[in-house]
Amino acid sequence: MHPVSELIKNLADQHGRERRNLLPILQGVVEQEKYLSEFSMIEIARELDLPAAEVYGTATFYSFLEYKKMGKYIIRVCKTITCSMKGKNQIMLAIEDMLKISAGETTPDGNFSLLQTNCLGFCHKAPAMLINNEIYTELTPEKVREILSSYLEKKGGLYDN
Amino acid sequence: MTTNYQLRRVDFIFKNENDWEEVLSKSISRTPQELINELISSELKGRGGAGFPTGLKWKLSSEAVDDIKYVICNADEGEPGTFKDREILSRVPFKVLTAMAVCGHVIGAKEGYIYLRGEYFFLQPELKKAISEFEYFCKEINLDFKIRIFMGSGAYICGEETALFESMEGKRGEPRNKPPYPSSYGYMGKPTVINNVETLAHTFTIFKYGAKRFYDLGVQYSRGSKLFSVSGDTPKPGIYELELGMSLADFVDEFGDGDTKAVQVGGASGFLVPRKRFGETAIGFQGKLTGISLPTGGSMMLFNSSRSMFNVLDNYLEFFREESCGQCTPCRVGCQQLLKGIKAVKRGEKNAHYLDKLLRLTETMQLTAKCGLGQSVANSFSSIVENFREEMIY
Amino acid sequence: MTKNIKITINGVSVEIEEGTTILDAARKAGVIIPTLCYHKDLCVAGNCRVCITEIVGQKRLTAACATPCEDGMEVLTNSLKVRNSRKHIVELLLSEHNADCTRCYKNGNCELQHLASEYKIMTQDFIRLAPMKKYTIDMFSPSIVKDDSKCVRCQRCVRTCVELQGVNALTVAHKGDQMKITTFFEKLISDVVCTTCGQCINHCPTGALVEKNYIEEVWDAIADTTKHVVVQTAPAVRVGLGEELGFETGTRVTGKMVAALKRLGFDAVMDTDFTADLTIMEEGTELLTRLKKVLVDHDPEVKLPMATSCSPGWIKYIEHMFPDYLEHLSTCKSPQQMFGALAKTYYAKARNLDPETIVSVSIMPCTAKKFEANRPEMHDSGYRDVDYVLTTRELAIMIKQAGIDFMKLEDMHYDRLMGESTGAGVIFGATGGVMEAALRTAYELVTGREVPFENLNIIPVRGMEGVKEATVKIENPLKEWAFLDGVELKCAVAHGLVNAGKVMESIRKGEANYHFIEFMACPGGCLGGGGQPIPTSPEIRQKRAEAIYAEDAGMPLRKSHQNQEIIKIYKDFLDHPLSEKSHHLLHTHYTARERF
Repeated sequence: MHPVSELIKNLADQHGRERRNLLPILQGVVEQEKYLSEFSMIEIARELDLPAAEVYGTATFYSFLEYKKMGKYIIRVCKTITCSMKGKNQIMLAIEDMLKISAGETTPDGNFSLLQTNCLGFCHKAPAMLINNEIYTELTPEKVREILSSYLEKKGGLYDN
Repeated sequence: MTTNYQLRRVDFIFKNENDWEEVLSKSISRTPQELINELISSELKGRGGAGFPTGLKWKLSSEAVDDIKYVICNADEGEPGTFKDREILSRVPFKVLTAMAVCGHVIGAKEGYIYLRGEYFFLQPELKKAISEFEYFCKEINLDFKIRIFMGSGAYICGEETALFESMEGKRGEPRNKPPYPSSYGYMGKPTVINNVETLAHTFTIFKYGAKRFYDLGVQYSRGSKLFSVSGDTPKPGIYELELGMSLADFVDEFGDGDTKAVQVGGASGFLVPRKRFGETAIGFQGKLTGISLPTGGSMMLFNSSRSMFNVLDNYLEFFREESCGQCTPCRVGCQQLLKGIKAVKRGEKNAHYLDKLLRLTETMQLTAKCGLGQSVANSFSSIVENFREEMIY
Repeated sequence: MTKNIKITINGVSVEIEEGTTILDAARKAGVIIPTLCYHKDLCVAGNCRVCITEIVGQKRLTAACATPCEDGMEVLTNSLKVRNSRKHIVELLLSEHNADCTRCYKNGNCELQHLASEYKIMTQDFIRLAPMKKYTIDMFSPSIVKDDSKCVRCQRCVRTCVELQGVNALTVAHKGDQMKITTFFEKLISDVVCTTCGQCINHCPTGALVEKNYIEEVWDAIADTTKHVVVQTAPAVRVGLGEELGFETGTRVTGKMVAALKRLGFDAVMDTDFTADLTIMEEGTELLTRLKKVLVDHDPEVKLPMATSCSPGWIKYIEHMFPDYLEHLSTCKSPQQMFGALAKTYYAKARNLDPETIVSVSIMPCTAKKFEANRPEMHDSGYRDVDYVLTTRELAIMIKQAGIDFMKLEDMHYDRLMGESTGAGVIFGATGGVMEAALRTAYELVTGREVPFENLNIIPVRGMEGVKEATVKIENPLKEWAFLDGVELKCAVAHGLVNAGKVMESIRKGEANYHFIEFMACPGGCLGGGGQPIPTSPEIRQKRAEAIYAEDAGMPLRKSHQNQEIIKIYKDFLDHPLSEKSHHLLHTHYTARERF
């Protein structure tokens, strides 16, 4: 059995196979795989006996349910008002400069994807970003570089696998 | 006439919650009717922003006839500038859980859900721990009530209650037609009480101390205290519990940086108040006696004179354009037109009168959009364009 | 118990049942409220906001289609507030819409265009959004063209595909300004689970979903003097075509249609009803053969119930959704494809024509027939059996283009050889018709007597109920069918794919013990087909059905086996039903497809 199919089967066993269990299952796949591939969506449709188009339509409604291939670490920089006022663009530039990618792209080694997102709810500690589910606040370009360096160390260098 | 009240800090919400077991046991020994009356006499109104009377909401659901009912805690805190619900859930989760169980007792529900926004995924482990401790106690006192967390996945509109139900049902988070209302037809078509996190936390206070302690705070039509999420150009950003009814001038005195040009009350879907109106603006729900009274889910964003109101509006409109669910015409197309429209005026491609056409468009959006999102875009748009017209043009 | 309540609309008092929407109440009061996303066939969406009305005392306007009346309500449908807002909404829709009306296939029959004209939207104040968006036009399906730039996101197509058809080829994806109607992963319609039934086209208010048209190709063929162009017309076309050409709904225009086709320049005008009768001979015999094999020979290879195979939308549906049940399908081709295969063999021989020079055109109430004609297996004549399939709508366009005053045409008759029809062939156009026609012939074949229904009208299989059932008990059969004595032949009829799905599920679960089932993809059968005139509604389909049964009742011959040309073709060409030749030309096989 394909590992993704197995994951989906386990998620369905855990959450149930009703329509109302769709979101937790989609989230479970995204947590593991970082995104929902065509294959995953078809497998979910099969497992829950739902039309594939419904799965696609539902998934694409939610901005955290990516349906394009994503890196291992998804960086989401908040672009809403306060973060924007407090230097979001500088943070973006620092990240782009360091990872050599622009917003919406993934590093060639597949480790990092850079996205912008709407209000993260840390306006009092702006600017803020999420890396996967980890929150980082009161960012400065220096701080961002440090944070990313720690991730890169974890990875053992930018373009190593 | 505006009633200017002094800014008064209050400390209820974050005060320790060690006695939650007692509050829970005591509350569920009372009859639903007593509890509803307590809530009604407290005059607590929903703290998510819309301000529906909480007691009435519980009453309506308690009257609905059905074997299955639900209590849902709306923790899809997505309004720009709001971050209080997260603090409540991480600092005093038991107050919220207790309130949910009491609500279950009142309306006859055995299941509760916390709809937690995807952005707050990191709250999950602690919250789950609290829930299992809570459920353990419920079992001890023979209270049949289960609470589960339902994670959102990044959609502002899911804070709208019927969109939230759709989302929980595994669908696109598109608001439903109303009526029917949640009290009779909510999650899975069952009678449902859906309350904001903070509202639930306030009911804890009310059940603990009685309605009067709560009612004595605030002003007519706006009773009690409220958490404010303060951000923007302020030396002290953060969360503050304040009595309702204070004047914006007092608020700015306390939180401004001395150069406050305008305050956005109620987030992107709220109103922008320029300096010249600080004195006449009170913070609270619309009432018959007060003058300009602005409701808020708690978002207070301060802007000083270095900020361009064009950029602020541009940022809001981009937010709405992306976060609209897209199903109804006025909201989906209206948001795009407003955003493109102010840019065109700024670039000189449309003349200044075009702003008036856009203002009329926001009126239409307010009148005709299917849900609160599309209806409230007009608030920030008109308050910014009317007060800072010159900044929009050049 | 429903109670009556009173409201006023524009000051006029109206009494309605509790629970009635403002929209329905207004219609009752003779007040027209414009709509766009609302459709009688579908659930209420309330998302276009065109039908907003003012309820006195309420701050906001409310969608009339989605709001139930309350006692004492005062509704205004034309207040200044309503007018201004409604105009804004139409303007907004237009700004997002590629309003290139003169070059649009739906020019003249577009609900948005109609609204714009009603509200006299003469200016384009709002910024045109359409050109800024990356819209796609999908024209790779042989049946359906989907142009996103014309889409107003009313979701009628999605609701049709989900609620009426249970296919879910279309869905709403993304949100905000990116929100759009699309398929799984935005693939081409031809690459997803789409039955090409065309119901989305019938329910689309604009030109976002239209049939792929072959009008120019057919004009070219007609103009080509080296070609012999034959045309066949499906049963349901004759009760729909008139709607496009000035007649009231439910008018039968058979003779005028034949006359018009002759004037258009077709070399031979013949009738699909002929091959409908032929289908009955083949399918009826197949059913009896299957019954024998199951009941007498206990052959495990032979499957019952047998399902009809005339509806290509249904065929593609079962291929996708129930691929393990394909052996239940009758192997008979649809009447269209039988006709096509015979046109280039039997007809060519009889008329002494080189089949190479024959262009075979069919007029169908259907878009799935376009797909069917394109199927690789439909080449049994040695050529493409049917070259071009036109919908009823396309034929109406050609008649208008040719300057024919349709109303004034004298009735004409079909050409002979494959132009004779019985009432049994005609009722193929309505749900239950194939079943009724089959029973009329099969019963008589087995017992030597007419079906025991008054005037041959098998009422239980008629009507618009989604799933209908009928049982016919066979008594005193002829000697060779003795094994059927006392057998209760259990039949079912399903129309609309969502109903077809229900019947199939009950078969899968082993709950149903039918012998024979008629399936039609479209609500109402072919008369409600995806190629029929727009609009459609339960009332319109009802009227078309009445017309079909009236046509049947008026026919001198009403049983397929009485058709003289059918008798002749078996004598001269096919020998007998299920002969080797008919197997070769008239029967086919099916392809299992992916469900996801």
